[in-house]
Amino acid sequence: MMMLDIRGLKAKAGNKEILRGIDLHVGAGEVHAIMGPNGSGKSTLAHVLSGRENYEVTGGEVTYKGKDLLAMSPEERAREGIFLAFQYPVEITGVSTTYFLKAALNAARKHRGLEELDAMDFLTLIKEKMKLVEMDQALVNRPLNEGFSGGEKKRNEILQMAVLDPTLALLDETDSGLDIDALRVVADGVNALRREDRAMIVITHYQRLLNYIVPDFIHVLYDGRIVKSGTKELAFELESKGYAWLKSGASAAL
Amino acid sequence: MIGAESKEQYLAAFERWQSSGKANGPSWLNELRKAGISSFASLGFPTPKNEDWKYTNLEPLTSCRFAQANGEVKSFSEAEILTRAFVDPDCPRLVFLNGVYAPQLSSPRELSGGARAGSLAELIKRDDRLLSAQLGHYASHRRQSLVALNTAFIGDGAVVIVAPGCHLARPIYLVYLSGVAGQQLVSHPRTLIFLGAGSEAKIVESYIGVNGGTYFCNAVTELIGEADSLADHYRLQREGETAFHTGTLEANLGRGAHLTAHAITLSGSLVRNDVHVSLNGEDAECVLNGLYLAGGRQHVDNSTSIEHVKPRARSFELYKGILDGAAHGVFNGKIVVHKDAQKSDARQVNKNLLLSGNAAVNTKPQLEIYADDVKCSHGSTIGQMDADVLFYLRSRGLGLDEARSLLSFAFAADVVGRIKIDSLREKLDEYIVARFRRI
Repeated sequence: MMMLDIRGLKAKAGNKEILRGIDLHVGAGEVHAIMGPNGSGKSTLAHVLSGRENYEVTGGEVTYKGKDLLAMSPEERAREGIFLAFQYPVEITGVSTTYFLKAALNAARKHRGLEELDAMDFLTLIKEKMKLVEMDQALVNRPLNEGFSGGEKKRNEILQMAVLDPTLALLDETDSGLDIDALRVVADGVNALRREDRAMIVITHYQRLLNYIVPDFIHVLYDGRIVKSGTKELAFELESKGYAWLKSGASAAL
Repeated sequence: MIGAESKEQYLAAFERWQSSGKANGPSWLNELRKAGISSFASLGFPTPKNEDWKYTNLEPLTSCRFAQANGEVKSFSEAEILTRAFVDPDCPRLVFLNGVYAPQLSSPRELSGGARAGSLAELIKRDDRLLSAQLGHYASHRRQSLVALNTAFIGDGAVVIVAPGCHLARPIYLVYLSGVAGQQLVSHPRTLIFLGAGSEAKIVESYIGVNGGTYFCNAVTELIGEADSLADHYRLQREGETAFHTGTLEANLGRGAHLTAHAITLSGSLVRNDVHVSLNGEDAECVLNGLYLAGGRQHVDNSTSIEHVKPRARSFELYKGILDGAAHGVFNGKIVVHKDAQKSDARQVNKNLLLSGNAAVNTKPQLEIYADDVKCSHGSTIGQMDADVLFYLRSRGLGLDEARSLLSFAFAADVVGRIKIDSLREKLDEYIVARFRRI
């Protein structure tokens, strides 16, 4: 089943065109990796799909589970099952992860016509999901991400993903700033969340993450376009050659 | 010359009151009232020319004519008052209606270990010795014109006396209810709180409007904390939408005494809160904890001043404001460290969150340090809701309203978190969440 269908997507930030015609088709159960050098538009794509208002969509269309994604507000997209794991998760003083996450989950449940979870039920749920990313109670009771290490912040993103149970997860540079142990914990968490009815788009600069989260497809983004697509072997090619050869290839293709 | 005309109406009201024979009490009190009116006559209402009133113009207040409130009552529900004042119904409380004690709404209950709480008017009748020894000795009618005005009209209010060594387990609520629809009333509630050496008490003053009407509530509280006493004091302000509120807390702390003074402003059209704390004994400590929420065209001015008089005293001040609509907030934080107050430690922070492009804040720290071995710091910020944070919350499924509510709640959390009375803190939490969800 087609989960996400992107056709000719173009987007600007200010006057700068960043996405210059993206085509991408993601089926349920598939994991797609998007690689590319800095400034190629990887993070912009993730943010445009989540509804970030800093970007103006200037062309193309995006269909998510048969609906017009671009017509939805960020919160509607989230309630419809889209989740963005941030490269730089924000810190919020004064609100604990538990409090915030319960509010978020109940907003989605309400949207789906489900009964809201009470404090006890939610506690049971979050405790079970915390095991997945090896987080302890003290951390989720603290103000959201405040004073968290890089690894703790990324684990918190995956915890939120596990609780909110999305159908399409966008992981934006989830490996950045992680040491090898933290990377393994995060990747194990993500792998445990792979499912037949859930798709994932993993955005990364480095091939390293793809040793742990093995994608079904890899796309190389360069200068706002997907210039090469392939299976997981493409990652090794990129690892040994870097992105420089693609640049010449991309220009040659134009 | 509206200001001068307005001053005359209070002077005339004082004369009428004096000649009516209703201004009763012992001679020392009448002398105090006369000293008050004579100070007010020479000071007049403050104007923005006065440095301490630079950002607050009382013209909307001084251009109104008010009749002296005298316990006017209109129908209201007791439950509504308790809810609006965040009162715990199981705790002792004194309720005042338009300046006059209302025994039918009060529930002073038994206070343990020699503590007393009652109406000032009653104590005046009995010429209680503590009154002549304390009342008017701290709040200066000579320098502050609103204190002078209040002093001139001292009639009723609450008196709480906690005997030395007495620890009050439950908070005492003092509720001042003002306003009657269709009438313009002025009242000058006076509160005296006296904590004997080594005593402990939690006291909540609430200033509430329930019946509408444009009214003026000009309150003064004197709080005396003797050596090693521990006071947790709250001023909660939920006046009516068109009300004027000016309130002064004058606190005097002895050796090793501790005061936490909370000032929570939730409504009112023109509000000025003054807090003056004199750390008058070695090792005295005060924590000033303020929260002001304003919207529409509200004007809220918080002016605090802390005097470090003796060595090793400490003061910690945190005031936070959330301003929406075309509201105007003012924070003026003065800290004076006297020459003998060596090893003083003073810290002051003021943070403001603007929810609208039309809201404004003026924040001004003012440090005067005459001792050389001290630690003093201050900081102030004015910011808007962070767009990255807002997007983060929305990307998790929270609607714009919920996200704003959550962030406002989060912004106020450290101030609210310092409230030690659980039921009061919970009620305020609920209020904040509900208030910002509606925006």
